[in-house]
Amino acid sequence: MAGGMKMYGKHRFPGRLFIVEGIDGSGKSTQLSLLHKWLDSEGYVVYSSEWNSSPLVHDVTKRGKKKKMLTPMTFSLIHATDFADRTEHHIIPPLKAGAVVLADRYIYTAFARDVVRGVSPKWVRDLYAFAVKPTLGFYFRTPLDVAMKRILGGRDAIKYYEAGMDLDLSDDLEESFRLFQGRIIDQYEAMIDEFGLVTIDATRSIEDQQAEVRRIVSEALGGTKKTKVRKWLDLTSLAKGSRI
Amino acid sequence: MARFNFFGEGLPDIDLDELKGRLIVLEGTDGVGRSTHIGLLKQWLENHGHAVLDTGMTRSALAGKRLKQAKEGHTLGGITMSLFYATDFADRLEQEIIPALRAGFIVLTDRYIYSLMARAIVRGSDPDWLSEVYGFALRPDAVFYLRLGIDDLVTRVLQSTGFDYWESGRDLHMGEDMYDSFVRYQKWLLAEFDKMVETFGFEIVDASGTVEEVFENLRERVDRVVARNGY
Repeated sequence: MAGGMKMYGKHRFPGRLFIVEGIDGSGKSTQLSLLHKWLDSEGYVVYSSEWNSSPLVHDVTKRGKKKKMLTPMTFSLIHATDFADRTEHHIIPPLKAGAVVLADRYIYTAFARDVVRGVSPKWVRDLYAFAVKPTLGFYFRTPLDVAMKRILGGRDAIKYYEAGMDLDLSDDLEESFRLFQGRIIDQYEAMIDEFGLVTIDATRSIEDQQAEVRRIVSEALGGTKKTKVRKWLDLTSLAKGSRI
Repeated sequence: MARFNFFGEGLPDIDLDELKGRLIVLEGTDGVGRSTHIGLLKQWLENHGHAVLDTGMTRSALAGKRLKQAKEGHTLGGITMSLFYATDFADRLEQEIIPALRAGFIVLTDRYIYSLMARAIVRGSDPDWLSEVYGFALRPDAVFYLRLGIDDLVTRVLQSTGFDYWESGRDLHMGEDMYDSFVRYQKWLLAEFDKMVETFGFEIVDASGTVEEVFENLRERVDRVVARNGY
């Protein structure tokens, strides 16, 4: 057996894992990308765990969604499969190498979403027991109305499962989305204490939120590997034409 | 009281009282003749007027095809593979097995969660974790474990298909060649199955006899399950 299976909270890696959670429209992705830029500029080796899972798993998920073949259980399991692939290929290896790994959404998304769909809270937590416990998990708390305004402004059409249409909450996509997200918020709120999530008030300005996130992250970075400082600055100034 | 129950935290939105049929599992390592006996039992049961669904692993509409490809390419990690199998199984349970039980069919399944668990365990998954994950599975009416010792198994595989990459556990790099690997892998699987006999109440069926002998043995056992509760 290849070393057995490590469970949540039992992994020991030199790297750091920071994750962001929150409903759609909470601004978490913006905050994460700003954090990424700052960590880069500080010289850390940053690995953004883009959710590019294996094409095989991805195809099944996509097809299942498109054809509306997924039940709450298979929805949960296929996403867990996908997450396992990310863990085994995109999270554990960079953490072993000492990188700072960033993830937009993590297991808490699955806990919230699957439980709202009727899956047992205990079961879904057991299912994800193989996940690496993040160094810090940020929860961007947003009132539903604020998030809805941000989403309905400029964004691709809301999709069937995203709106929780499979739950028959409402025939109207937008209304279903609102009801579904409201229930997701309830789940997130209950998980703050359970998993020690760091709550960020996402109604504040982007700058204020980012300053707080950077302050909290910097406290958790002690001893993390940095790259040799490379002088990209010269190239940047060249590109700007300041030396020509 | 419902005839069926789940191993652990069950499926959402299932009314167990509606499930009327029988769920019968044939388990065992590769090459013990499971599919042969499923075919024979199906014919025999149908001759006696029972509606039968026979099903097996990696056949789900959702993930079956991709899972086969994943096996061929074997680029997926151990945990990912375990969960991919669990997804495939859940799809078949919800879309085939449960509807058939609801309609009063006898469901004969070639392998069940036990094979999936055994294969995942030898590839590094935690047994307790697997039990929790498969808590959504229905507890079957009976599990017939077709058991064959390693020597008989080797002979039988040589006489039929030869050593297959997966059945030899070659992905685990367990031996010098296919033979060594097959023997070590199958021994390990056998040990895992043997551990499950008591935990899950397997009925051991000696698979070393002729097809006729083994079938005779199975038929009596299946008859008892079907006759239970005046079915």
